[in-house]
Amino acid sequence: MATGGSDARYAIELKGISKAFGPVQANKDIHIAVPKGTIHGIIGENGAGKSTLMSILYGFYRADSGEIYINGKLTPIPDSQSAIRAGIGMVFQHFKLVQNFTVLENVVLGAEEGALLAGSLSKARKVLTDLSREYELDVDPDAVIEDLSVGHQQRVEILKALYRQADILILDEPTGVLTPAEADHLFRILKGLRDQGKTVILITHKLREIMETTDNTSVMRRGTMVGTVKTADSSPEELAELMVGRKVLLEVEKNPPLLGKTVLKVEDLRVKDEHGVERLKGVSFEIRAGEILGIAGVAGNGQSELLEALGGIAPATGRITLNGADLPLAGKGADARARRGAGIAHVPEDRQALGLIMDFTAWENVAFGYHHAPEYQKNAVFMDNDALRADTERKMARFDVRPPIPTLAAKSFSGGNQQKIVVAREIERNPDLLLIGQPTRGVDIGAIEFIHKQIVALRDQGKAILLVSVELDEIRSLSDRIAVMFDGNIMGFRDPETADERDLGLLMAGIASDSKGEAA
Amino acid sequence: MDYATLLQLLDTTLRLATPLLFACLAGLYSERAGIFDIGLEGKMLMAAMASASVAFLTGSVWAGLLAGMAASLVLAGIHGLASITFRGNQLISGVALNFVASGVTVLIAQRLFGQGGRTPPLAGDARFSAITLPFAEELRGVPVLGPLYAEVISGHPLLVYVALLMVPLTWWVLYRTRFGLRLRAVGENPAAVDTAGISVVGLRFAAVAITGILCGLAGAYMATALQAGFGREMTAGRGYIALAALIFAKWRPVAALWACLLFGFFQALALRPDVVEAVVQVKVPVPFLDALPYVLTVLVLAGFVGKAIPPRAGGEPYVKER
Repeated sequence: MATGGSDARYAIELKGISKAFGPVQANKDIHIAVPKGTIHGIIGENGAGKSTLMSILYGFYRADSGEIYINGKLTPIPDSQSAIRAGIGMVFQHFKLVQNFTVLENVVLGAEEGALLAGSLSKARKVLTDLSREYELDVDPDAVIEDLSVGHQQRVEILKALYRQADILILDEPTGVLTPAEADHLFRILKGLRDQGKTVILITHKLREIMETTDNTSVMRRGTMVGTVKTADSSPEELAELMVGRKVLLEVEKNPPLLGKTVLKVEDLRVKDEHGVERLKGVSFEIRAGEILGIAGVAGNGQSELLEALGGIAPATGRITLNGADLPLAGKGADARARRGAGIAHVPEDRQALGLIMDFTAWENVAFGYHHAPEYQKNAVFMDNDALRADTERKMARFDVRPPIPTLAAKSFSGGNQQKIVVAREIERNPDLLLIGQPTRGVDIGAIEFIHKQIVALRDQGKAILLVSVELDEIRSLSDRIAVMFDGNIMGFRDPETADERDLGLLMAGIASDSKGEAA
Repeated sequence: MDYATLLQLLDTTLRLATPLLFACLAGLYSERAGIFDIGLEGKMLMAAMASASVAFLTGSVWAGLLAGMAASLVLAGIHGLASITFRGNQLISGVALNFVASGVTVLIAQRLFGQGGRTPPLAGDARFSAITLPFAEELRGVPVLGPLYAEVISGHPLLVYVALLMVPLTWWVLYRTRFGLRLRAVGENPAAVDTAGISVVGLRFAAVAITGILCGLAGAYMATALQAGFGREMTAGRGYIALAALIFAKWRPVAALWACLLFGFFQALALRPDVVEAVVQVKVPVPFLDALPYVLTVLVLAGFVGKAIPPRAGGEPYVKER
């Protein structure tokens, strides 16, 4: 696809970019050409090299070899300053904002006019007003960042780039933290920017966003560029196949649920955080045997607290009944071990913080939470590590963990394989209730498919499952019933077959619509 | 306690608060940039020794002052190298430098002068002498304010006034200049600074250098103005007290002034057991009074003064993340 010489029709042309981190070849001979005034998607699994490629373009890393052309001109980008000068702006997945600075101060930082601030600030205030009018980018210039919603913080990042007169805007996984409505707003902004002649590069793993917003899409797989397609001529299935290198089932195959008796009953459950602020404000629901209840919502609306209360990590008030028996909510017997003993397995949302100890081996991690299990004990004093390792090997084989080496440290596995280790540990205990948070966060498409199958299989064995995910698509495809959380409350229940996107989006934003779904 | 005694007490407070203020502002620059510096003490000590030695050998207090700042800068540079360039643990680097300073100062002073690790007493141009501010005598007759001006405000060595001027200057630099904005940003979120195309390493070294210079002033003041020469461990924990004052002040320059004056006041009290006894009507043992500033330090550090939120990136070396 690279033309012989330089071509001024392209805002960006990368030729033969390679980059290695030690033995890992993150980018291999990448060629890509992005026409001016288009939205260009870059899609690929985790570790495919998308972020590395963009970091090279932004001067965060230097390529080992290859050339970068901006507007048809060979432009070396050794550092971020050069990238900014070449008209490139980047909105990182994790915002690079100073939390206790105002919007204005953040925008001005690094682009000050002189040694004194007053002039820069008043100029920036004027420019910001113009920009926000032009592109629907309204933010209060005097607001402090930590008081802003994530969506607004993202706008500040975009404003930062535009203030530096970026013609090329790169966004890395921009919608992960947004509500559907905020995401739609973002895409309107991006289309507005494109219509003004700016070039937008959108990095994402969400096929739907690619289909809805981009003009062209480049697909990366394991450090290489596998192809660039005109989005309108492609399909999600084709893109997914390009990403993974084989056919992938995007839809989860599942039969209608065979509902049994009520397994979990939660009444008026409340949780306070360490500052005494109520984060879970009295939620009530039931899950029956053979049912997956999906909790939808933007991150930080009480879902984590719900999982922690049920998992025995956070003290709570209210009432939890499992198979008809009351569970203590605070004090003695309200810990994770007691909950596991009662038949509740928990795959935590953050596997690296709560699910695994990254420096420990796979077999040690498989023992955690179940290290008291009789089959792991040699006698009253010593554990039977050989049995444990053998058990880990069996679990790794059943869950297709690669590489299947129990003595490898958890951190040496990819995100997807780490998650498989945690899921294997919890599911293989045959729990009555599985709590599973963000089952596929940072997990590649192939592993997502596998983990989804395991969750559905457990449900088909007549187990109850509470699924928490910020990925609305995941919730919709797996759940038998959806509960939407906002600000510590359940806003409503919906049937995934009939619920429409807009309705769910409104609930996620805390706007209650007419009750359509069944009650709790 | 009569007014004259109070004025004496305040006069001593100001003199004793000055090294704390220099050191506190020194720590402020470093910590606002995200580099914790527990080595204020060592830098002060090194500067005190260097300034007293050079002032004695050359007979010039100015040469001594320069030497003090240079010596402190060397230690600051090592701390920067360890914690910025090599991303070492900032606490350990600071503690190590304190130990080095504690030993090296005595070693050098002993080698140079052979007086048990002290420098010979300084006199004349080798010391900063007191400055009488304009109209001090003329205004003495004005009730209340006149004696306050003449006794407390006027009649200090130059460095006392430099320290006081550093407070508004620091405020202005921090909140009104480009450098200040970047300095505060790099202590809160170095990634934001890095992606804005500014050198995190350069900014942090600049901050550490300012810390070095200010600690140099603090040490030089101790040896050539407050006292007449260097003595073993003469800073007596003032670097740590300054750190406590910095936390007390929540890393803000004007609050730092009040915090240092408070600590200075306690130190002044320790010198006047007679006044304390007259006020509280109980004989307070002198060692107890001596301990007061340190007790206050412990209380401050233990968080009895409310929650102080340090700069968010403080103490953590900056590593580019993928």
